[in-house]
Amino acid sequence: MYQLLKQIIKTGIKTEAAPLPDESMRVEPQRLQQEILQLFGSALNIRHVDAGSCNGCELEIHAVNNAYYNIEGLGIKFVASPRHADMLLVTGPVSRHMVTALKRTFDATPEPKLVVAIGDCACGGGIFTPCGADGVDESYASCGKVSNVIPVDVVVSGCPPTPTAILQGILTAISAQK
Amino acid sequence: MPITHPNLHLKKLPGAIPAWQGEITPDDLQPICQNVRDGGGRLVALWGSDVRAEGKCFALHVALVNEKGLICLNVLLPAEPPNYPDISGIFPAANRMQRATYDLLGIAAHESQDQRKWLRHAAWPGGSFPLRKDFVNDPLFNPYELDAYPFVQVEGVGVHEIAVGPVHAGIIESGHFRFSVVGEKVLRLEERFGYTHKGIEKRFESLNVQQAAKLAGRVSGDSTVAYAWAYAMAAESIAAVTPPDRALWLRALFLERERIANHLGDLGYLGNDVALSFGFAQFWILKEQVLRNNAALFGHRYSMDKIIPGGVAVDLVEPGQQTLIEECAMLEREVSLLRGIYDEHAGVQDRFIGAGRVEPKLAAQLGLCGLAGRASAQSWDARVQFPCAPYDKLDVQMATYRNGDVAARVIVRFDELFESLRLQREILAHLAQGDTLSVPLANLPVNSFGVGMVEGCRGEVLVAIHTDVRGKLTRVHPHDPSWQNWPVLEHAAMGNIVPDFPLINKSFNLSYSGQDL
Repeated sequence: MYQLLKQIIKTGIKTEAAPLPDESMRVEPQRLQQEILQLFGSALNIRHVDAGSCNGCELEIHAVNNAYYNIEGLGIKFVASPRHADMLLVTGPVSRHMVTALKRTFDATPEPKLVVAIGDCACGGGIFTPCGADGVDESYASCGKVSNVIPVDVVVSGCPPTPTAILQGILTAISAQK
Repeated sequence: MPITHPNLHLKKLPGAIPAWQGEITPDDLQPICQNVRDGGGRLVALWGSDVRAEGKCFALHVALVNEKGLICLNVLLPAEPPNYPDISGIFPAANRMQRATYDLLGIAAHESQDQRKWLRHAAWPGGSFPLRKDFVNDPLFNPYELDAYPFVQVEGVGVHEIAVGPVHAGIIESGHFRFSVVGEKVLRLEERFGYTHKGIEKRFESLNVQQAAKLAGRVSGDSTVAYAWAYAMAAESIAAVTPPDRALWLRALFLERERIANHLGDLGYLGNDVALSFGFAQFWILKEQVLRNNAALFGHRYSMDKIIPGGVAVDLVEPGQQTLIEECAMLEREVSLLRGIYDEHAGVQDRFIGAGRVEPKLAAQLGLCGLAGRASAQSWDARVQFPCAPYDKLDVQMATYRNGDVAARVIVRFDELFESLRLQREILAHLAQGDTLSVPLANLPVNSFGVGMVEGCRGEVLVAIHTDVRGKLTRVHPHDPSWQNWPVLEHAAMGNIVPDFPLINKSFNLSYSGQDL
């Protein structure tokens, strides 16, 4: 126990300043009122859904929980059920096998709710999804980007996006539109 | 020759690892597999291909490994019906691979007792096969009906089922676990995967050699380096080219750093899963420092797309070497300290010891591989047995343990982490000099086959490439060690209590995307 406490004291506080919201990530106008955003801003619950990712984005979502980004220090936490959530963080091109689960998760999340699409695949289908000349970005196995299946408020691109970008996307979704 | 059999004529493949290829008839499949099994060999991968364009029918491909190297069998199947003898009786790990091969290609292991679908849910209809060349890759069939899968039911007084997933409670990939329990005790666990199937193998067919390297690096994001290297190794084997020395040393540096980052992350979560959130906080600080150094030195936190066919895309320049030497010293010091805290923490050890045990005998029988295999006395490590450059100069020490429980998998992770740090020091000290980082590799020879195998953080990653009459990629099969290890997790969970399952699962840390493809 002595070593453990000593290590905690030696480590000190690693947390860095949170990034500011970035309006360019917003794809839908802010629907929520200032009062609700203030509540979300001090206690936001997130449910993560992997809709078919390669698990690269999951690595960085894990990382936003580490001491440097310390997302819980901002009053934001990941919860085990969509019924407890205010926001869905969705990764991956949406595989056809996840469509039903994703829609059900979305439906189980109470209003008011926000959806943030994480990563190039979630934003545009990514490398897994052929982009045909006719604009079809789907295949037999993939429905492409998340907004093909459920409405999306904010997109965070990157392969995978950095933890800072993910945090920025989350903060953009709960900020008033400039 | 790795094995001798009267009907098997093996041809050595060029490339970084010892590999042979031979064509056999379906009738010889079982005897040859049995021969390899009896000699202590294992099944690495099984896949199929549509070779009707070559005037043939369908082919089954089986990659076996023994102490001499990889043995790749090509089995040409008859036209009607395109079936082959079941090998899951010899290698139990073949079961899901055979079922997936049927779902994707319509070639079946006849007489197999388990003919249930595996990768197919409802995205495409039964009787339609995505990897056949005449399959129309259109999102036309799209009923979104619910998938009916016949789980094995456990009967008895007080038995009930707990269904978990595909959306899990944590930040995890998607998959379904069906527990049959009495009270808290798990009688049986059955997995149902395929949720993240996004058509990777079909997608490969429309990419060129360089584009496909990026896709290979995204089969399982946490093993991006291992996949990119295995893919590059396969392409280089076909093209019979060898990357510059310095590129090979840098590849090993990236691979060991991937192992370091993943083992740090897993050790943190293993602490977290037994309510020692201190472990998560500490190990993830260390992991973050490794990732930040990757970003600063190589331009990407996970070194994605830095291994390319023919070499590498980025060099290590000053003062990078010094940064990494200092990082090694810091990690050795901090991880030693944290290991001491884990070892002496009674609550942690109480949860680790005895949980999710896989006895060496069962591990050998089921073909448990990689890190989890080594924790159950299955001493296989491609870096040790088939050391391609630069591992031939590094004398990798394999970490093995016999107990096969969560504690054993933790010990093996710690040991491998320290070994990877030692290897990183060695690599930095002996890094070959040179200005060229890659040799050109744009076109592959026609009608060829190549294979690459790399020891990733959870086990051996294999990538096989087939080219067609124009030298295009006609079939690329990436194989994740999770195929072998997921079925063993079902056994590891048996007899444990439900609340220990997240811990046991984390101690294996297998890839969903890598097996769903």
